[in-house]
Amino acid sequence: MEPMAIVSIFVLSIFVGFEVVSKVSSTLHTPLMSGANAIHGVILVGAIIVADHSTTNLELGLSVAAIILATINMVGGFVVTDRMLEMFKGNKK
Amino acid sequence: MSRTVYDLIGLAAGIAFILALKGLSHPKTARRGNLIGAFGAGLATLVVFFYSNEGSSLPLNNLGWILGAIAVGLIIGVPAARKVQMTQMPQLVALFNGVGGGAAALVAIVEYLNLGDQATTAVVIFTVFTVIVGCVSFSGSIITFMKLQELMTTRPVIFPAGRFIIAATLVSVLGVGGWVVNSLGTTPLLILAGLSLLFGILFVLPVGGADVPIVISLLNAFTGLTVAASGYVLDSTLLIIAGTLVGASGTILTRLMAEAMGRSLFGTLFGAFTAKPQDVAAAGEERPVRSGSPDDVAILLNYARRVVIVPGFGLAVAQAQHTVRELADLMISKGIDVAYGIHPVAGRMPGHMNVLLAEANVPYDQLAEMDEVNPTFGQTDVAIVIGANDVVNPAAQTTPGCPIYGMPILEVNNAANIIFLKRSMRPGFAGIENELLYDPKTMLLFGDAKASLTKVVSALKAL
Repeated sequence: MEPMAIVSIFVLSIFVGFEVVSKVSSTLHTPLMSGANAIHGVILVGAIIVADHSTTNLELGLSVAAIILATINMVGGFVVTDRMLEMFKGNKK
Repeated sequence: MSRTVYDLIGLAAGIAFILALKGLSHPKTARRGNLIGAFGAGLATLVVFFYSNEGSSLPLNNLGWILGAIAVGLIIGVPAARKVQMTQMPQLVALFNGVGGGAAALVAIVEYLNLGDQATTAVVIFTVFTVIVGCVSFSGSIITFMKLQELMTTRPVIFPAGRFIIAATLVSVLGVGGWVVNSLGTTPLLILAGLSLLFGILFVLPVGGADVPIVISLLNAFTGLTVAASGYVLDSTLLIIAGTLVGASGTILTRLMAEAMGRSLFGTLFGAFTAKPQDVAAAGEERPVRSGSPDDVAILLNYARRVVIVPGFGLAVAQAQHTVRELADLMISKGIDVAYGIHPVAGRMPGHMNVLLAEANVPYDQLAEMDEVNPTFGQTDVAIVIGANDVVNPAAQTTPGCPIYGMPILEVNNAANIIFLKRSMRPGFAGIENELLYDPKTMLLFGDAKASLTKVVSALKAL
């Protein structure tokens, strides 16, 4: 990819990231952190790509470990965030 | 699948992540936001299986291994997330964050081994960055997990010449990083990973008590950045977008949390370099306290006009949120004005108490934030502090140099009477003695918060 394109994506993503969470009540700090935490579990995609590339046993072993860890991060993260938010449900009325 | 379609689906997942973060910022849309995020992540994962990278073909190589590893991850991750107690959620989040950082570091290492001599300097630099920050995030998160799980002391761990050791470790991490960029070997990379793990441990050890959630949030932002860097290495726009979003929003969130707790972010981050050993009040010191029975408490409450309930971590531990609501409802039916005073960082995480009381269906309008409730303590007859300590400790206002000095507190010391429900005389998470416990207007009710509250409720009913 063009270096300039990468820099643009990077910088614009920073601004979007700043913008979307700039006003959050402290009530939601924990679920928001947990949700963001689950989003970076998308490193699973990267782990699968390197597992596909792997040619030696060492590489494969490390990528399998990476896939396990990333899956725990992603799936566990979304599930635990949902459980936290489930408890707010009763109050919306 | 063509690269264009693959990238378009990646873009869709990126948009889903933006909508997820946006949704999570508002109470009404939070749950939906999280589901949108999960959808985006699921979509992104699914689509990898239908696109073959350069020099590869479908189905993916090592497909069995990949699917097996995902299954193992699911078997570990889902039950952990579903079964965890409310009280243990913060450390679980820390742990999930740590494994994410570890995964990013492993991905970078594998890609580096795989590319060998073909790696460009830029790729090597990003690999070095990912390995350093990913390993720091991994080992640092494990330490925060152990602190929150109370597998180790929750107090700042400070050793002689600690700051020099930490600084020296950081310098060697950077030095070895430079070595990897210059000489491109597997051994230097592994040494780098080892040193970075060590640095993560040293970085988090001096952080104590109330600062732990801020550090978790910071490490979360770190992991986001490593994901972005591995996105560069793997030529994946999606990883760059998702990682950067988390890095940026995580940084803002860390700052917001630090503000809510009245901490300077700088002080928290560089505590490792500036920390000095502190005098911790001698534990088990023999001083008179006034302890009461549930009946005494019930009588006090019966004649009160205004009562403020201050919940803390002890409430979460005892799972007493339903009992406390029962007590509040009973008092309201007796015409007593009842409010909950919620400190933004009561418990182990910002918002912990809101989540807990929401579970017991406590009406929102009874929850008063710190700024609202503090001016009313002067007119409050009884403040009931349930398993909270540091957030009501006047030392935060009166004792410069104590670890929580400067943190805003709930000023229960202005109330006419204070009731502390405590398990023991042990100091709070920050490990500081609370003078309020020895105040003549304080009454202590020892025991498990749920059991004590149940007794108070029945005593109050009998009056």
